[in-house]
Amino acid sequence: MSTTTRVVDTVQRAATTPDIEQPWADLGVKADEYARIREILGRRPTSAELAMYSVMWSEHCSYKSSKVHLRQFGDKQPKTDALLVGIGENAGVVDVGDGWAVTFKVESHNHPSYIEPYQGAATGVGGIVRDILAMGARPIAVMDSLRFGAPSHPDTTRVVSGIVAGVGGYGNCLGLPNIGGEAVFDPCYQGNPLVNALCVGAMRHEDIHLAKASGVGNLVVLYGARTGGDGIGGVSVLASESFDATGPAKRPAVQVGDPFMEKLLIECTLAMFQAHLVEGIQDLGGAGLSCATSELASNGDGGMRIHLERVPLRDATLTPEEILMSESQERMMAVVRPENIEAFMDICRRWDVIATVVGEVTDGTHLQVFWHDDLIVDVPPRTVAHDGPVYNRPFSRPQWLDARQADEPTAEKLPRPKTGEELRDALLSLLGSANLSSREWITSQYDRYVLGNTVLAMPDDAGIVRIDESSQRGIAVSLDCNSRFGALDPYLGAQLALSEAYRNVAVTGATPLAITDCLNFGSPEDPAVMWQFAEAVRGLADGCLELGTPVTGGNVSLYNQTGETAIHPTPVVGVLGVIDDVRTRVSIKGGRIGDVVLLLGTTAEEIAGGEWLHVAYGHIGGMPPQVNLAAEMALASLIRAVREHLTSAHDVSDGGLAIALAELVLRNDYGLSVQLPLQTEAFIALFSESVARAVVTVTVADVDAVMAAAAAAGVECTPIGHVTSDAALDIAGCFRLEVEQMRQPWQAALPAIMA
Amino acid sequence: MSTARVGVVTFPGSLDDGDAARAARVAGADVVRLWHADTDLSGCDAVILPGGFSYGDYLRCGAIARFSPMMAQVVEAARDGLPVLGICNGFQILCESHLLPGALIRNDHLHFICRDQRIQIENNTTAWTKDFPVAHEIVIPVKNGEGGYVADDRTLDMLEAQGRVIARYVGGNPNGSYRDIAGITNESGTVVGLMPHPEHAIDTLTGPTADGLPFFTSVMSFLNSAGHRTDAHAGVTA
Repeated sequence: MSTTTRVVDTVQRAATTPDIEQPWADLGVKADEYARIREILGRRPTSAELAMYSVMWSEHCSYKSSKVHLRQFGDKQPKTDALLVGIGENAGVVDVGDGWAVTFKVESHNHPSYIEPYQGAATGVGGIVRDILAMGARPIAVMDSLRFGAPSHPDTTRVVSGIVAGVGGYGNCLGLPNIGGEAVFDPCYQGNPLVNALCVGAMRHEDIHLAKASGVGNLVVLYGARTGGDGIGGVSVLASESFDATGPAKRPAVQVGDPFMEKLLIECTLAMFQAHLVEGIQDLGGAGLSCATSELASNGDGGMRIHLERVPLRDATLTPEEILMSESQERMMAVVRPENIEAFMDICRRWDVIATVVGEVTDGTHLQVFWHDDLIVDVPPRTVAHDGPVYNRPFSRPQWLDARQADEPTAEKLPRPKTGEELRDALLSLLGSANLSSREWITSQYDRYVLGNTVLAMPDDAGIVRIDESSQRGIAVSLDCNSRFGALDPYLGAQLALSEAYRNVAVTGATPLAITDCLNFGSPEDPAVMWQFAEAVRGLADGCLELGTPVTGGNVSLYNQTGETAIHPTPVVGVLGVIDDVRTRVSIKGGRIGDVVLLLGTTAEEIAGGEWLHVAYGHIGGMPPQVNLAAEMALASLIRAVREHLTSAHDVSDGGLAIALAELVLRNDYGLSVQLPLQTEAFIALFSESVARAVVTVTVADVDAVMAAAAAAGVECTPIGHVTSDAALDIAGCFRLEVEQMRQPWQAALPAIMA
Repeated sequence: MSTARVGVVTFPGSLDDGDAARAARVAGADVVRLWHADTDLSGCDAVILPGGFSYGDYLRCGAIARFSPMMAQVVEAARDGLPVLGICNGFQILCESHLLPGALIRNDHLHFICRDQRIQIENNTTAWTKDFPVAHEIVIPVKNGEGGYVADDRTLDMLEAQGRVIARYVGGNPNGSYRDIAGITNESGTVVGLMPHPEHAIDTLTGPTADGLPFFTSVMSFLNSAGHRTDAHAGVTA
């Protein structure tokens, strides 16, 4: 047996061997970044330091391309008392009243989910749940916003079935209800599916915890799963580069999840919080130990010393560099006072969670990592965690956009249904389309009941969970984005995503409070993509300022492109609302025979980017619907004010009024008899996707009250029909469709794609 | 007479323990949370094994839970007449513990399924179903990945002949269970295994119906009727 001893690249060695070739390029570090590291340290980095900088300065962790734009979320932050913790922590925290605080965040796990759909999606859920937990909150629900390629493409079923099973498998096993989200098919996501997972957690105000290591002599404890070789370079190799058909297999860079361990980690961590045993806490996600140690130390008031050989390993052959970079899941790092360590360990033992004191807070200013007796990392932690490179990447409006926006879907160029029969067929084709058909194939794989507090879940417009059984206080969340709007105009596209998510929360009767976002774009090295990104951020920041809903945090996912082709700009927006009594929520389900159907809001001719155009022609051209956030606010306050009068409510968005009405019929098994307003062409009335609209049902006795309230709020309110007992959607003068005629294509579409 | 004590066991990986506790509390029970590693039934008059993924269930579901210290107590007490309800993972644990015959396997369609399910109560004489009317149909959530009930024909025939199939799926079998079986009981009608989740249907705010509540009120009626409670209690604490 040969005994090759690996040379440990110590700080001392680095100082005396300045000219050794280092594999910075292979680790995704650019030449000028490498030069900057040498400048910071005054010497070459050790191999362990280079590993840390490479992952922490990756696009995924450092936001180096997006930072200059994301500042607008702070600069344009609306005046609000609701924000308890803002951007920059693991997740933002919002005051929802009665001493309750809610933390929520959406995060992407796109690239891993294409390579290994099940594990990619599963660990996406796991990662965001740990972020929420690290704030001190009990996770109470998850949601997922998914994008897949063309329904007819041979690879799509692999990706869909893996991702859905992964989201379900992980979330179900954690015991977190999945209360909604989206699943959208579009060819632009063929090689770049999107998995954006949201988690929401609740806590009392006094339980908020932050990621900082302070108090000299306090112990740094790593607990949870052992560290293995999975996910090494996940953030730098995978999430920060485009896919390239000729490159080596990237599967080893995908992490593997163990939801049972995560469940133990949740219970164990909550027990520690309850016993006040934790001074600071950080989850281990992207960039693993490199991230947790440098962020904790950087946010604290001293230095930190880590003894890396103490880290429990799954694979004893891992090198120190690999241990620092590993993204093994289900791990957390806590800072604990020495006098509390026994109690801390007792809780870990009770839950069979391995916990190891791996270091301590020092009175120095550096993060020092030892491998046995050798010093292998000696860095100012802030330079790793926060002072990464910032790029002012060039961006410019793509020239092709003018032609695209000028390519209006006129009736002359793209004929529209006119006769009753044509309109009826148009509705049926939308109901049977990949994006508007029943999501049941997906949602039936998710547990929506666990914890017993789910008041609304898919297919309602927003998910609602109760956070307090005694007061019945609850929160509402919706995640939305139509990326075709973003492809037409990224500024408006981002505002339209915000507009829809806001409306979805509002139609349940909840008050929108704050947002989180997941900004999915192509390569920032393409000035056209960078422009789309900059415009979307500007649109979102402006929109949030107008709506008074601050951005609490979120995630940026770049390099979502295959070769030269980027995905549509996909700024997924999550809106959080509060409802003081969940028993007063309004659902799609409801309405009694004889109730009057009211259309709230104003309909204009707005077809571009909409579902009808997508299904009928796959056309991308023209300008998206006009944004009217003032109208959204008026609609929201109207619904809140009259919610006791509403027997049901449903937002009008994808697919227009026709789909909203059909969904009411399908959900309630009753009929609707509808007379469309005469002044509008039937096709426009049915399929336009103008914003700030909803359909509601009210009893005959309450019609006047609701109409008067609408008039006072400046919201157009049009009686368009009533609820009938004959289980059909009857549009006077156009068509009549039995509920079963609609249900058949609506239910069959997704199973047919997945067959 | 004091309020009956109903224990809910938490295994690592139990998920619906809080829901089961809430349901028992709403039914009027004095609820006691029991820990898998403990060996004391704390004087409980009945025990619920809740849904979830005990110990992760990466092996056969319930295969590890069966060997937990608390299960040793539950099995012994159940043989002495302690009413035990196993829901979903709890049903799997009861089968692994041989308190009930048969086994639960992967759903025939190979997907996890969560939906509102019609179920017919076929035996309303057990400790956990006595508050239901005869042949009553209810709707409660079903949610499982390994909920297919299987047993050999002789066992199935025996269960049917003895009226021990307590609930059957109606309007579509969600998981491929033989003979649409949703729940069974032991010979004495005290131990019940049920794949659907009555604890998620105790009010219409958070559940599809309130149809699940009678499972929990049943055991209260059972315990409050003469004799049963003291017997079970004595068996446990002796």
